[in-house]
Amino acid sequence: MQEILFFVLAAVAVLSALGMLLNKNPVYSVLLLIVTLFSIAGLYVLLNASFIAAVHLIVYAGAIMVLFLFVIMLLDIRADVEHINLKRLSRILALLATFIFLGETFLIIWMSLKGKAAFVGLGEGILGDVPSVGELLFTKYLLPFEIASVLLLVAIVGAIILAKRKLRPEPPAA
Amino acid sequence: MNTAIGTIDWIPVAPFIALSVLGFLIMIIGLFFPRIYRETLGTITLVGLAVTFFLILQNWGEPRYAFANTIVGDKFSTVFNGLFVVGAALTILLSLNSQENRYLLYADYFTVIVFATAGMVLMSAGTHLLTIFLGLETLSIALYVLAGFRRENAFSLESAFKYFLLGAFASGFLLYGIALIYGATGSADIQEVTRWIQQNSLTGSLMLPIGFLLLFVGLGFKLAIFPFHMWAPDVYQGAPTPISAFMATGSKAAAFAALLRVALSTQSYTAIAWEQVLWVIAVATMTIGNIIALRQDNIKRMLAYSSIAHAGYILIGFIANNELGHSGMLFYLLSYTFMNIGAFGVISYLSTAEHEFVTLGDVRGLAYRRPFAAIAMAVFMFSLAGIPPTAGFISKFYIFSAAVKAGYVWLVILGVINSMISLYYYLGVVVQMFMSAVEEKAPATATQQPAVALALVVSMFAVLGLGIFPSRWLAVFMEMARSFI
Repeated sequence: MQEILFFVLAAVAVLSALGMLLNKNPVYSVLLLIVTLFSIAGLYVLLNASFIAAVHLIVYAGAIMVLFLFVIMLLDIRADVEHINLKRLSRILALLATFIFLGETFLIIWMSLKGKAAFVGLGEGILGDVPSVGELLFTKYLLPFEIASVLLLVAIVGAIILAKRKLRPEPPAA
Repeated sequence: MNTAIGTIDWIPVAPFIALSVLGFLIMIIGLFFPRIYRETLGTITLVGLAVTFFLILQNWGEPRYAFANTIVGDKFSTVFNGLFVVGAALTILLSLNSQENRYLLYADYFTVIVFATAGMVLMSAGTHLLTIFLGLETLSIALYVLAGFRRENAFSLESAFKYFLLGAFASGFLLYGIALIYGATGSADIQEVTRWIQQNSLTGSLMLPIGFLLLFVGLGFKLAIFPFHMWAPDVYQGAPTPISAFMATGSKAAAFAALLRVALSTQSYTAIAWEQVLWVIAVATMTIGNIIALRQDNIKRMLAYSSIAHAGYILIGFIANNELGHSGMLFYLLSYTFMNIGAFGVISYLSTAEHEFVTLGDVRGLAYRRPFAAIAMAVFMFSLAGIPPTAGFISKFYIFSAAVKAGYVWLVILGVINSMISLYYYLGVVVQMFMSAVEEKAPATATQQPAVALALVVSMFAVLGLGIFPSRWLAVFMEMARSFI
C-alpha cells in the first residue's frame, strides 16, 4: 500500500514539475507547482514527517505560492511571453547545476545499492511528527520559540513603519 | 510523554524580558497618546533601560544556565549587556535633537531601538547557536528599519535597502554555518559542540571547520571587517546620525560578543590555521579603513571607514587570544562606544532639519562659533586617534601589548603604522575646527539641545575617565576573561 502511494505521489510530483516547466502560461505553471508541492507533502507524510508536511503546505503551497500568483497577476504577464532569453553564462551555470544535482542523485543511488548507506524512514515518534516537534518546542527550545515571536513582532512593526503613509507626527498639544 | 519543565531561573533572561516589555510599553504609549512629548517618551525609555541595567548587573557571578542551556547569565554576558544598554541610552539621548529629527515618529523609533537592544542582549547571553541567530535577526531587522527611518531622504532609503539585501545574505551564511556545525556534532548547543570537539577533533569532520568559517562570515558582515566592509560607508552615511552611532558601536559589539563566546568556549578559531587568515583579515581591515578614510570629506563617511579600521584593531586582541587580549577587546569596545557615539553626537548636536553638519567645510572655524561642540569633538577625535590621556590610547595600548605578549610583533607594528595614518584625518577635523576662520555663509547651527549635550558630557567624562583611571575597569574585564578558562 505504502509503495503504491509512493509511486503515485512521485509520478504526480515529477509530471506536474515537468508541466510547470513546459507550460507557457505562468498562472498554469504556478498551479502545477502547487500540485508538485502537495505531492511532495504526501511523500513527507509517508516518511512519518507529518509536521514537515504541514509546514510545507502552509508555507510553500499556501503563503509563497499565493505571493507568486499575486506578483504574476499584478505584473499582468500574458501567456504568449517569449521564451526567456538566457545569457550564455546563465546557460552554462544552469547546465552545471543540473549535472551536479544528477551526480548527487546517482551517488546516493549507487551508495545505497552497494549497501553503504540505507534509506531509513523516520520511525514513529522519532523526529518528524507533530507531538515530538511540539514537545521539543515547549521544552528544549522554549526560549528560542518565544524569541521568534519577538522577532516576528519586530518585523511586523518595522514593515508598518516603513510603509506608513504619514511621515510626520501630529504636532504636540500646546 | 511526560516532560517535567521544572523551575525556571529567570535572572539570565530578565534583561531580555525587561527590554521586550519596555518595547511593548513604548509602542502602546505611542498608540494611545500620539501627542505625547518626545522628551517624556525618551525619559520613560531611559528609565526602562536603567531598570534593565540593574537586572543585567544581577547576572554578575558564576554562570547560571536557564531554559535548557539556551541562555546564560555570567560575567561575560553582564559586561557586554551593560555595554549595549549604555550604548542604547546614549543613542536615545542623541535622538532627542529638537531641530534635526523633526520628522521622526518617536514612539516607533524608540520601540525599534529597544527591540534592537533586546536582540543584542541575546547575542551575548545565548549559549545555543539558535539563540544567537535569533538575537542577530532581531537586531538586524530592527536596524534595517532604523536605517531607513528618514523616509523623506533618498540616502536613508538607499542605506536601508543596501543594508537589508546584504544583511539577509549574511544571515544566510550564518545559518548555513550553524546547520553545518549541527550536522557535524549533532547539537547547536555551544557546550555540546565543545564537548564533541574535545572528544573528537576539530578537523575530524570537514563539515565542522567549514561551519565555523561560515559562522565567521555571517558575523564578519556585522563587524564590517574586510572583505565584508563594503556596505558600511553608504549605510552609515544614509542612516539617521544617532543610528549610525548605534550601528557602529552596539551592533559591532554584539557581533564581537557572539564571536568571542563561540571562540572562547570551543577554541575553534585558534586550533587550526585560523591565525594566519585572521592576521591577514585584521591587517587588511585596518589598512583599507584608514587609507580610504583619508580622502573623505563627509565626516559620517569618514567615521564609517574609521569604524572599519577600529574593528581591525579589535581583531588584534582576538588573534592574541590571551587574557589581556580578550579583556583589551572589551575595554576597546567600551571606549569605542563612548568616543564614537560622542563623535556622531557632535554632528547630531549641530544639525538642523535644513542642514546636516557633516562635511569638513561645515565644521570650519567651529571653535569660534560653538566652543563646547568643538572641544567635545576634539576630545573624541583625539581618543579615536589614540592620543593619551584618552580611552582610545589605553585601549590600543592593551590590545597591542597583548599581541606582543602572544608573539605577534609584526601585527603590532602594522597596527601602530595604521594608527599613525589615522592621525592625519582625525586631526584634520580638529585643524579645521580650531585653525580656520568661519566662512561667511556658514549655515546656522542648532541650539538648545540639552539631551544631546548631556550625552556629549557623559561620553567626554567616560572617554577621559577610562583614559586616566583604566585599571579598575581592566580588572573587571580581566575577571571576565578569566572566568572562561
